[in-house]
Amino acid sequence: MSKLLTVALSPHEKNKDSVSRLMYDVVIALIPAFGVSLFFYGIGALIITLTAVLSAVIFEYLITRYMLKKPATIMDGSAALTGLLIAFNVPSNLNPGFVILGSFVAIAIAKMSFGGLGNNIFNPALVARVFLLISFPVQMTSWPVPIESRMKYLDAITGPTALGQLKEGIMGGNTVSGVMEKLPSQMEMFLGQMSGSMGEVSGAALLIGLLYMLIRRVITWHIPITTLATVFVIQGILWLVSPERFADPVFHLITGGLMLGAIFMATDYVTSPMNKMGMIYFAIGIGVITVVIRNFGAYPEGISFAILIMNSVVPIFNRYIKPKRFGELIKDGK
Amino acid sequence: MLKTFPKGGVHPPENKISADKAIVELPLPKKVFIPISQHIGAPAKIIVKRGDIVKVGQIIASAGGYVSANIHSSVSGKVAKLDKIFDTSGYRKDVVVIDVNGDEWLESIDKTTTLIKDISVDSEEILKKITECGIVGLGGATFPTHVKLKVPPKKIATTLIINGVECEPYLTSDHRLMMEKSEELMVGTQILMKALAVDIAYIGIENNKLDAIQKLSELATQYKGIEVVPLKVKYPQGGEKQLIKAIINREVPSGGLPIDVGAVVHNVGTTVAVYEAVQKNKPLFERIVTVTGKSVKEPQNLLVRIGIPVIQLIEAAGGLPEDTGKVISGGPMMGKALNSLDVPMAKGTSGILIMPEDESKRKDDKPCIRCTKCVSVCPMGLEPFLLMTLGENQLWERNEDERIMDCIECGSCVFVCPSDRALLDYIRLGKNKVGQLIRERKVN
Repeated sequence: MSKLLTVALSPHEKNKDSVSRLMYDVVIALIPAFGVSLFFYGIGALIITLTAVLSAVIFEYLITRYMLKKPATIMDGSAALTGLLIAFNVPSNLNPGFVILGSFVAIAIAKMSFGGLGNNIFNPALVARVFLLISFPVQMTSWPVPIESRMKYLDAITGPTALGQLKEGIMGGNTVSGVMEKLPSQMEMFLGQMSGSMGEVSGAALLIGLLYMLIRRVITWHIPITTLATVFVIQGILWLVSPERFADPVFHLITGGLMLGAIFMATDYVTSPMNKMGMIYFAIGIGVITVVIRNFGAYPEGISFAILIMNSVVPIFNRYIKPKRFGELIKDGK
Repeated sequence: MLKTFPKGGVHPPENKISADKAIVELPLPKKVFIPISQHIGAPAKIIVKRGDIVKVGQIIASAGGYVSANIHSSVSGKVAKLDKIFDTSGYRKDVVVIDVNGDEWLESIDKTTTLIKDISVDSEEILKKITECGIVGLGGATFPTHVKLKVPPKKIATTLIINGVECEPYLTSDHRLMMEKSEELMVGTQILMKALAVDIAYIGIENNKLDAIQKLSELATQYKGIEVVPLKVKYPQGGEKQLIKAIINREVPSGGLPIDVGAVVHNVGTTVAVYEAVQKNKPLFERIVTVTGKSVKEPQNLLVRIGIPVIQLIEAAGGLPEDTGKVISGGPMMGKALNSLDVPMAKGTSGILIMPEDESKRKDDKPCIRCTKCVSVCPMGLEPFLLMTLGENQLWERNEDERIMDCIECGSCVFVCPSDRALLDYIRLGKNKVGQLIRERKVN
């Protein structure tokens, strides 16, 4: 018997999960929403998606290879996913220079400077979005009109988002019903026929992605469903109290970035809590802050801020909210 | 709804390829190497010397303390020498080497297979026989059975649970035993009930062994107080705490023992060994071992005498496959990888699993992506990722606060980790360090 045996500690069996499999599953879940974006925004959606994904991957490669001098980590798919999510979070007529800048902020500042995958506190794609929104408010809030802009890119015809119109209308002394008359029907908005960031418009497509991720057990229901439910309930109360001042909860669910945020941004493994109870509190926080910003804040949309704010308290959640242990603790000596 | 434990758990591929293979007795070898430390606790003390003639079942080493067990000769012949060789633990341990000559059993052992249903002895006598016969837990932990049967003062045993779960993938020795020694198992259960003075016993079996569930359920109608409980298939249901939770819905407290909730758990193999000890005067010198693996030519369930080198078991199953990468004593989730095939099998060897080369090597670990999968599968409600991080940073006190000592080392966290991290290695290290801290505190 000359053969050498492998000796290792148990367990000797592993399932087939891997980081890249999980990342690519999320990418697959984003495909329906991407398809809708291509249909409504055409060439612009394609250009910014390619720009964002390529630049994110290249930045990560350059940083790991030449600054950290470590083996490149781009094959795990996380940089590509971040790039994809950056594209989903910006208007499809955005200048590619801004997209590349966004990728740089996401990868270099929000991700790699914290220590790379697994160590960042804030969701990189959202950091990029908020960075761009605050730095270039004009370019980041000129939204291409769907279908008409299909064959146009930087010269796309632009218009406000539904939430923008609502905020402006209310501020201008208009009533909710007055604003709603000018907007597409809720069914049209649910399918994605409205102005907005490239990947956020179609609630229907994003829900298909959610279903896929739940079936594949990439994520659990806790964060997305709790976030949506919180927004629905609180907005519902506001709406019941004053229907002319506050829009109905269904409108808020299907407009803006709520679906994209709740399903794909808040559920980011790295920046969300480490157990189910923590996830539920985290999601409630996101829902509450979103409703507050949307109804009472200066910005028409608040989901990105809400997620980033809640990202910052995740370490505290992880420290103090613990999973239920098996068996009660007996004190020493008893 | 089938019963199971509520928190965590995983579903590794079952791979029970030897489930239909009837138990075959392995022919006697020329030589056996009987380790004197085959149980948890103090090693036994050798009481034979070189040149002694021994019979099958004769005691060759006596218990070295309260938590210890007698060791008996598994063959008849002459003690060739007292030696130190590698055993399944990977360390050099004392063994008694015996040259086999014939197969002469002690006269007191009843070699017949007739079932003796009547339990003529009282509980004290039962305990004495179990102690004498060196019975230890055959599920793998090898805790001396007589210690488990002595209920500490102020504690009351109310329920006996017989563990026929066999949740480890690949292994089928308990399954075969339940099929082929069903009556013995029932009488063994009654003996244990009598020893503990309890009226209820549950036999927990996972639902992937339908034939065993059916057979034992039918038999159970003839025995008072025994109920067969089919369980939903989920690893690690065979863990003592998980099984108690699944069957009687009580949680053993942290740092406590099953007896704290009135339960005593014994493996089916142990129960049959108890039957043989009490009714047949037969000490524990042989057991059933599954020899299996995807490339193994003829997977087997073998009845093997203690002390036979593992390589002879593998040869009986068609020899060592070409693509062998790892040989494991036990199952794939909690078994121990062997560094040599010459190690002798012991009382705790429930299986020999041969894994092909491509499944043997660990993958490189990647950064933790905080996916929470380890937390959601942990059956003890712990946070493996955190225990590992604390271990890497040598924060042992915090590891203790996070209840690292509750870890049952089932390996579910490593099984699901998409980053292939060595979670359990660091948890084992942490348990070791925290154990030292606790002991130091007790001294001061």
